Amino acid sequence: MNQEKAELLRFTTAGSVDDGKSTLIGRLLFDAKAIFEDQLEAIRLTSERRGGDEIDLSLLTDGLRAEREQGITIDVAYRYFSTPKRKFIIADTPGHIQYTRNMVTGASTANVALVLVDARHGVIEQTKRHAFLASLLQIPHLVVCINKMDLVDYKEDVYNNIKAEFEKFSFKLDVKDVHFIPISALKGDNIVDRSQNMHWFEGTTLLYYLENVHIGSDHNFIDARFPIQHVIRPNTDEFHDYRGYAGRVAGGIWKKGDQVTLLPSGFQSKIAKIDSMDGELEEAYPPLSVTLLLEDDLDLSRGEMIVRENNQPNVDQDIELMICWFSEKPMQLNGKYTLFHTTREARCVIKEIRYKLNINTLHRDQEDLKIGMNDIGRISIRTTKPLFFDSYRKNRITGSVILIDEGTNATVAAGMII
Amino acid sequence: MEQFNYRLDYLRELESESIFIIREVAAQFENPVILFSGGKDSILVTHLARKAFYPAKIPFPLLHIDTGHNFEETLTYRDEMVSRLGVRLKIASVQELIDTGELTEESGFNATRNYLQTPVLLKAIEDGKYDVALGGARRDEEKARAKERFFSHRDEFGQWDPKNQRPELWNLFNGKKRSGEHFRVFPISNWTELDVWMYLAVEKIPLPSLYFSHTRSVFERDGMLLANHPAILRRENEVPFDEIIRFRTIGDITCTGAVRSPATSLDDIIEEVATSRTTERGGRADDKRAETAMEDRKKQGYF
Repeated sequence: MNQEKAELLRFTTAGSVDDGKSTLIGRLLFDAKAIFEDQLEAIRLTSERRGGDEIDLSLLTDGLRAEREQGITIDVAYRYFSTPKRKFIIADTPGHIQYTRNMVTGASTANVALVLVDARHGVIEQTKRHAFLASLLQIPHLVVCINKMDLVDYKEDVYNNIKAEFEKFSFKLDVKDVHFIPISALKGDNIVDRSQNMHWFEGTTLLYYLENVHIGSDHNFIDARFPIQHVIRPNTDEFHDYRGYAGRVAGGIWKKGDQVTLLPSGFQSKIAKIDSMDGELEEAYPPLSVTLLLEDDLDLSRGEMIVRENNQPNVDQDIELMICWFSEKPMQLNGKYTLFHTTREARCVIKEIRYKLNINTLHRDQEDLKIGMNDIGRISIRTTKPLFFDSYRKNRITGSVILIDEGTNATVAAGMII
Repeated sequence: MEQFNYRLDYLRELESESIFIIREVAAQFENPVILFSGGKDSILVTHLARKAFYPAKIPFPLLHIDTGHNFEETLTYRDEMVSRLGVRLKIASVQELIDTGELTEESGFNATRNYLQTPVLLKAIEDGKYDVALGGARRDEEKARAKERFFSHRDEFGQWDPKNQRPELWNLFNGKKRSGEHFRVFPISNWTELDVWMYLAVEKIPLPSLYFSHTRSVFERDGMLLANHPAILRRENEVPFDEIIRFRTIGDITCTGAVRSPATSLDDIIEEVATSRTTERGGRADDKRAETAMEDRKKQGYF
């Protein structure tokens, strides 16, 4: 077994119960043998109790009692399976408009988004919404699964029409890599095994795609960014003067001896050592958690950032964002919120709401500027102290923020810096 | 195209994620504690905490909720590890609260102290003024856990409200709270049982002997093998016999099922887990009580 050399791929699935999303996930887990006998037995009993003839694979992904009672998925659920090539984490998100916030959550860390289309209905509003959110969250790879091909007699022209229809609107979106696969989650066509019913399809199965899609460049390896998360000072005799800056590399490749600039001070130093419990490292790169030691005795703290002199992030207090609102209480213009950005915490004020985006039509509404739960809009904010940021397009880690309500402490918005 | 070699294998990526979460706890909270059961998951969390703060010591104490129904091997391992790492150990005893009359023990054949852990845990958190407890729960364990957050918010009664959890995006974890409220943080949420075993093998981490094949006196109940131990009342027809077994999970004796297994090394265990057709919690009587047993227990403050 060579599992420890395998890579990790995170993907998100968006769709409603009707699209067969749960069946698709159940099928992937089942065919990848990630379902155990006791789980299968439990859902067989439930299927029987509900009067079904066949085992309902979608029951595998129903989590909480409230969800099972209503027969819907409310929250993001995480599923795991692996093949000899990769380990997979599925963020299974509900597809209905009122759960936009869950889709955004699941999408924030995904390498791949699966968008399900019912072959009988073609591209509908929900499809466009899912594709748009995948592009807004900059998921690097998008797979359009045209499902229920068994119900349209596995016809090639149905597939071609839906593909053309999708491309007609997706050119407006910021997605680099779109892939189409005709499937039947129920019957298992093109999920793990090649379909015997669609010889006209020359592409790969879904699992083959997930196992082989190139994710090596999904991180930013160019722009060196190291947000200081925690300062390690052992205060022991052995490590008397040790001062390590612990954190997770947010961008770039770091080596011992690199000349660095520190923000916000602007001081210069050099990397003396990249440390870990397993010994000194030659290099550090995303998404490694490491400890950096500098040659100069400086007193840095959490929320500061180590970068390179000739490649610095923006440093500003006035910031333009796309935001997705999560709270039942609408966003307050001129309201003040706590903001988390990398390891830095600040406060901010909402200075202007530029427009609200209709996520079905992509129309920018400049009249109705009330941003409520699940709404997406463009705003500008001012922060109490400068942030060290990149555009979200350039770096998903240094380009993202969350806003927190100062009264309830709830996370009320996700923001992507423009 | 430039050839890229900057790829992490998935165990290193999981390790980096967990270390990030543990450091985030140190940065955002005042008084953290690690829940330590002696099981492999809490052993893993403790190991990752060492890595997170190296070369400093783990800046949090360990908290063991002691049901009094422990396997001797668990306690031996615990005490040995605590002295090796130089960490502080706090013990919250279920027996003590039974003795003072604050808790009432279940009786009968299916009696277990598993449920009594919740009030003891909540009291220990209150007494220690801990504002966050790190635990080794994983999302692949159970369906109610599949929706759990890394940072799980609990109200002043320690309750989990599944509908009122904070969305978690990117690397941004919101640990803001009002006084009296606290958090449970689960750094190994994204690890599966197999991942844990693979990593323990790669890192050569010592484990309690209970996880490896040994001969033990057991008896069978509802298709499960339970240890023949004074803490479990046997029915007349439940005749004990010697069997070659090991434990897939380690918990309270009364509800931890053994599996017949010849696995004597980590490699054997990995092979066994990789080909196993049942989940590890399939051997836990506490999850068998009802379809939503875990969901209900979590709402009451179980971790």
